[in-house]
Amino acid sequence: MAELIDALSFPFMQRALIAGILIAAMNGLLGVFVVQRRLAFLGDGLAHAAFGGMGLGAFVVFVTGLSSVNVFLLQEPLLVAVPFALLAALGIAWVRDHTGLSADTVIGVFFAVSVAAGVLFFSIIPPDIEVGIDFFDILFGSILGVRQGDLVTIAVVTALSLALLIGLWGRIAYATFDDELARADGIRTRALEYLLFAVAAVIIAVSALVVGVVLMAAYLVIPAAGARLLARSLLQMTVISVIIGVLATVVGLLLSFVIDAPSGSTIVLSQAALFMLAAALARWRYGDASRAENRAS
Amino acid sequence: MRYGDAEILSDITLDLEPGHFLAVVGPNGAGKSTLFKVALGLVKPQRGHAAIFGHHAGVAPERIGYVPQLKTFDRSFPALARDLVVSGLRRRWPARTTTRERQLAREALDLVGAAGLAQRPLARLSGGELQRAFLARAIVRRPDIILLDEPATGVDFLAEHDLYDLLEGYQAETGAAVAMITHDLAAARYHADRVAVLNRTIHGFGTPEEVLCEPCLREAYGHQHHDHGLLTF
Repeated sequence: MAELIDALSFPFMQRALIAGILIAAMNGLLGVFVVQRRLAFLGDGLAHAAFGGMGLGAFVVFVTGLSSVNVFLLQEPLLVAVPFALLAALGIAWVRDHTGLSADTVIGVFFAVSVAAGVLFFSIIPPDIEVGIDFFDILFGSILGVRQGDLVTIAVVTALSLALLIGLWGRIAYATFDDELARADGIRTRALEYLLFAVAAVIIAVSALVVGVVLMAAYLVIPAAGARLLARSLLQMTVISVIIGVLATVVGLLLSFVIDAPSGSTIVLSQAALFMLAAALARWRYGDASRAENRAS
Repeated sequence: MRYGDAEILSDITLDLEPGHFLAVVGPNGAGKSTLFKVALGLVKPQRGHAAIFGHHAGVAPERIGYVPQLKTFDRSFPALARDLVVSGLRRRWPARTTTRERQLAREALDLVGAAGLAQRPLARLSGGELQRAFLARAIVRRPDIILLDEPATGVDFLAEHDLYDLLEGYQAETGAAVAMITHDLAAARYHADRVAVLNRTIHGFGTPEEVLCEPCLREAYGHQHHDHGLLTF
């Protein structure tokens, strides 16, 4: 116990905890729509789009010869990652709408292209050139390395995205339930979906920089999937998803400090533990009915 | 109304008075569902305009109660039957429901003989129960017309029979008009007092006796070499 109190006395742990909770909250809320719309692959796709964006940013700085100077672009990889992820998100929605391909197929295409582009850009940069971005951090995150400025960015993105998602919750939820019924009742579901994809791109790009591109999808999918097993309404699912995400972040972060393990891993494993607990609770509470209810999804 | 190069619907006017029950029949690909989508404002005509109640289609959704085909619905959505009914009232998905909304939802479910389903998750409803919940969702807003797209699909004979009883009872009480798409010519004959035979355009519109006759159906369905037993009155 003393060790845990000790952990919380470090400013880097406090920043990590706040950043983790904010990221878990916005991903928990967004994840409900992602899971119900069967877009679980979206988190991976847009996180890797952010990776491609960071590769592009590093490449541009390298070829323009700015790598030896103090380049703002590389200190703030979000400046490239967010617009790149935003373009990818809108591109996914547009290509899906204009080709008739399923969302997962289109996301798979954008995922592969973004990774290939990112790897190509990073591979062109000689290893002895300092580009200000740690490749390992991009892939696996650096939540313990969150700075004060990062925290402000995350807080602003969280506030804006929560305001949008909560403000439009009734409309997005209706369109998620049935697009046709929502349109028949005057909701502009196409515009709403593009907006949802855009919000998802910003949330995922910002989150991926903290929790890592590889583990990003877990933040979006596992809490919402666990919540789906327990919830009897979409509001319940949303609340439980946020609770699982936040709880897993707190437990995972403290655990990483105690056992000296990578925090990204302990957080995701904590999410997985809560998911299994939710599955066991659902089985105990609802029996076979819960399996039948979720089988269709 | 066009889809690619093919003309789906053209030059259609259906005059349905309050209290009447219209069945829209026609072969697959005739444009029946498209006709409803146009009326709901979901599909815009390429030329001319679509109107319902004398206004452009889609401008008065509160006057239309729509019951979609059950087969298109995702049953894994976490919601209670009451949430579904309140969505028809609020025209948004309800995060929480008010006492007034719960009361109206209960009344609508009661009207369709499904009062006990309010707290039941959608995933645990049978086809017939789900049909009733969707019907309650349609009538909770007290619409001037109810549109049903193949309401018999996915429900058994008894549930289908109950559905027609409920619709007729609701019509008698409120004077609302009902329009349904069906492939079941017998149901059209026995339950509707108006029938529209559709295949890209209207091939017949009138009472079942006037319209469900061999020449009219042959023209719409394009069958030349065999008879339908149902065509004999």
